[in-house]
Amino acid sequence: MKVKVITRSPDEYLRETKHDIHKVFRNYDPALHPFEAAREYTRALNAVKLDKVFAKPFLGSLDGHRDSVSCIAKHPKRLSTVVSGAFDGEIRVWDIPQRTCVREFVAHNGIVRGVVYVPSGNSFISVGDDKTIKTWNALIPQFGEDEEPVNTILSKSVLTGISHHRQSNIFATCGEIVQLWEESRNEAIRSYEWGVDTLHDIAFNMIETNTFAACASDRSIILYDMRDNGPLRKVIMKLRSNKVAWNPMEAFTFTCANEDYNLYTFDTRNLKSPVNVHMDHVGAVTYVDYAPTGKEFVSGSYDKTIRIFEADHGHSREIYHTKRMQRLTNVQWTLDNKFIISGSDEMNIRIWKARASEKLGPLRPRERAALRYSEALKEKFASHPQVKRISRHRHVPKHVYNAQSELRTIKTKEKRRENNRRIHSKPGEVPYVPEREKHVIKEVQ
Amino acid sequence: MKASTVIEFDVTNIKTKPWGRRQEDQRKQKFRKGKVQKKKIIKNKKQIYNTNKPKDVTKKRYEMPKETLDKYSRGEGVNISKVHTKIHRKKIEKKEDNIKFAAELSAKTEVLLTEDSGYLEADVGETTTQFTQKTIKDSVDITSAAKQFELKLEFGPYRSRYTRNGRHLVIGGKKGHVAAFDWITKRLHCEINVMESVHDVSFLHVETMFAVAQKDWVYIYDNQGIELHCVKKLNKVSRMEFLPYHFLLSTCSEEGYLSWLDVSIGQLISQYNTNLGRLSVLTQNPWNACLCLGHAKGVVSMWSPNTREPLAKMLCHKAPIMAVDVDSTGMYMSTSASNRELKIWDVRKLEGPVQEYKLINSATNLAFSQSKMLAVGFGNIVEVYKDCCTSAEKRPYLRHRFNNPISNFNFCPFEDVLGVSTAKGFTSLLVPGSGEPNIDTLEVNPFQSKSQRREAEVKALLDKVQPDLITLDPTIIAEVDVPSLRDKVEAKKKLLYLKPPKMSYAPRNKAKGKGGSVQLAKNKKIIQEQAKKEFIQATKNILPEVQKNKVKSKPYNVLDRFLPKNKK
Repeated sequence: MKVKVITRSPDEYLRETKHDIHKVFRNYDPALHPFEAAREYTRALNAVKLDKVFAKPFLGSLDGHRDSVSCIAKHPKRLSTVVSGAFDGEIRVWDIPQRTCVREFVAHNGIVRGVVYVPSGNSFISVGDDKTIKTWNALIPQFGEDEEPVNTILSKSVLTGISHHRQSNIFATCGEIVQLWEESRNEAIRSYEWGVDTLHDIAFNMIETNTFAACASDRSIILYDMRDNGPLRKVIMKLRSNKVAWNPMEAFTFTCANEDYNLYTFDTRNLKSPVNVHMDHVGAVTYVDYAPTGKEFVSGSYDKTIRIFEADHGHSREIYHTKRMQRLTNVQWTLDNKFIISGSDEMNIRIWKARASEKLGPLRPRERAALRYSEALKEKFASHPQVKRISRHRHVPKHVYNAQSELRTIKTKEKRRENNRRIHSKPGEVPYVPEREKHVIKEVQ
Repeated sequence: MKASTVIEFDVTNIKTKPWGRRQEDQRKQKFRKGKVQKKKIIKNKKQIYNTNKPKDVTKKRYEMPKETLDKYSRGEGVNISKVHTKIHRKKIEKKEDNIKFAAELSAKTEVLLTEDSGYLEADVGETTTQFTQKTIKDSVDITSAAKQFELKLEFGPYRSRYTRNGRHLVIGGKKGHVAAFDWITKRLHCEINVMESVHDVSFLHVETMFAVAQKDWVYIYDNQGIELHCVKKLNKVSRMEFLPYHFLLSTCSEEGYLSWLDVSIGQLISQYNTNLGRLSVLTQNPWNACLCLGHAKGVVSMWSPNTREPLAKMLCHKAPIMAVDVDSTGMYMSTSASNRELKIWDVRKLEGPVQEYKLINSATNLAFSQSKMLAVGFGNIVEVYKDCCTSAEKRPYLRHRFNNPISNFNFCPFEDVLGVSTAKGFTSLLVPGSGEPNIDTLEVNPFQSKSQRREAEVKALLDKVQPDLITLDPTIIAEVDVPSLRDKVEAKKKLLYLKPPKMSYAPRNKAKGKGGSVQLAKNKKIIQEQAKKEFIQATKNILPEVQKNKVKSKPYNVLDRFLPKNKK
């Protein structure tokens, strides 16, 4: 007879001293872990609920400006520094972690239209309504020294925007015409015209660094190449685009913020129709900025809200608003992919988290593992009605809520009308037009 | 600006290339290197032919045996051929690969398991049945031998229950004696006399609380014997089962009521009359948390708190059912009836019997162990069968005879022990090979400390499964909700009996003198009737299929009298 009975010696299963951690023995046999699906579902539900509990995106505001904020620029090398210009010609430099203004001075007569750091971060360039381009040293002047620009260029035409080349010392301004400048010279090295009154925004591509795009008041977006003598192509849309932003990871993709409440992502290779239409705002979209990953972008709107979109999704994943925040003039996604900085009409600059419920600061490994696990569960059960309902729910201000329902009725009405027209006309007379083709008038070579 | 506090973060220098592409380049480089090496080999062809190199055996991967993989597999997976779009097919393929990989990894962890299961092997010419408890006790080590003990008690037929981690035991005597203790160290938690008849006992989710079904109501005591609750809504309870993942104390009463009490919030989730008379055979299916009731008509019915009808009914025997038990993986159900039958059923498919036995006596108690051993009790004898589910067993694995009739028994989880309570006490028997040798301390831990228990309790409460999820198939929550044809047809049928929605009619403000209240009322009626007509028309359009199914009655023909009459 051979016999063996299970015996577990406590020495093997218990920790030796109180200061040790508890011993863990795993057995992954499914028989010991019943209700796998139901328990995972419960955990997913809890994770989604916890996300809501921890969703406190607003971190703080920087106040000091005496007029609305007109432009904000990120420092290319320091996460802590941001420079902003206002409608009264004042420029302020901010220390983000301390939430203080470290430097303030009046830079222009009239509105500061644009401000941008040079790639080295040693100086920044501003343009204003007084038709000047001023270069400022990034260092704070010594005690007793005056705030004086390092260089001032008098432009012959109005200036409305500025963008700097990613690497070299070239920058472009827009206004009545697009001009290319070199930092060391006081004359424009090149100028481009394509029969439009005004261009109000300009942006250099981050990867194909020789190309740039500009938004014009004839509702068009024009593409340029620095190496060429004239502009390349333009696309004319139904309403004006306010701002154009290049995807920092895909050279051929840019997104524009449009007056018709939508954002449009274009592929430069085919401008006939946008790749994606991003809806959700209920007012003209005034600003758009990509995340450094190129997977998401943030937009600010005249409807007093900030929305975050995934670059390949048509609807926003997040909406930020506060009672006091007025119409947005500027939003920026910081280069560490964690924060959003917004400037608005009521003179404040606000700092938000890019992911509303993210925990700031270092994570311990177990904490990180737990977060990853819940992330995976949320994805697994994303389409379950309860999980979906909780994760999608957002409280929006009354005016947005009402505007949304109004827009919805307008849209259904139009759909109904079109359908009626289709029923009562010859087949094929009223074609089905996809949403993507509705908003572009034509592409001009 | 203080230069020391500033973090230098040069974005322009880092991202000369997107990350994805850089990785791709590296991969390409590796590939190129590999190619170059291959070319070299080809150049030295002659050398290769000359040297008789043995094949590289060490590089061959170890393949898991199929049974081990099957044990951890999560099923067949999605049928990809029916997915039309390429991108979704790719996504699903990737997901399936991940699931497969996870199953493989967990199968591989088997080599890390520390303990081996127990066994009892007979020599040639012997049978395991002939070994008595005394011989087993004599041939095992002292700690194991201490697990075999007997308590001689006087307060009438006892009932007993282990905790989920198999460490603690509660016993209750019919005449009011209730005791809870750590049976391994033999440390008594409490011993009380409730001064009432005790019908059943059960631990709640932790060993610090247990429920006792007394003469009228169910009481909940803590491990010091202090009465915490008296649940008067649970009246005349005969049997109790605790569903640990749902935190439900489910009871059946002598008056035919089934009830589920959520012990985490103290709420009665559901209570209703089964209309099946006195209920005294109750067990839970640990795989799907359904309750199995055995009835006098030979029927086993399965119940969830969500419907007042049983989820399933199985006619198992042609005689009253004496005992039912379901094994922990929810695969097999064993039933015994008063006509001496014992049957094993496939409870997942609700099919069977898988095995049929005719016993010498009718079995009054049944219990499955973690390793699917079955203990059968008749009168004062308990027999343990080893592979009775998969093959027809001829001889019991072990047998033990008591001096008193058995009232109930349970296998102790994670131990090779069968705890039998009889009319005159409690006996713990050694059944080698009955328990699961390897514990998962994150699931249930026999060695848990007080702080660990508290932490586990909080974790378990966070993962508490809602009672709505109790169904026959517990995996259904993770599956795609495809409405069956029957559901669709029934939903359409229901449309027939829908009432038209009420129209809200707000009259337009008209100038004074144009149309009075009579006109207004008329207009309202006209509009409402119009809406009603439209609604009826719309429902008719939806329902052509339903109407088609109705068989048109033919006009009666004289010759129809010769047709066979319809049976009603």
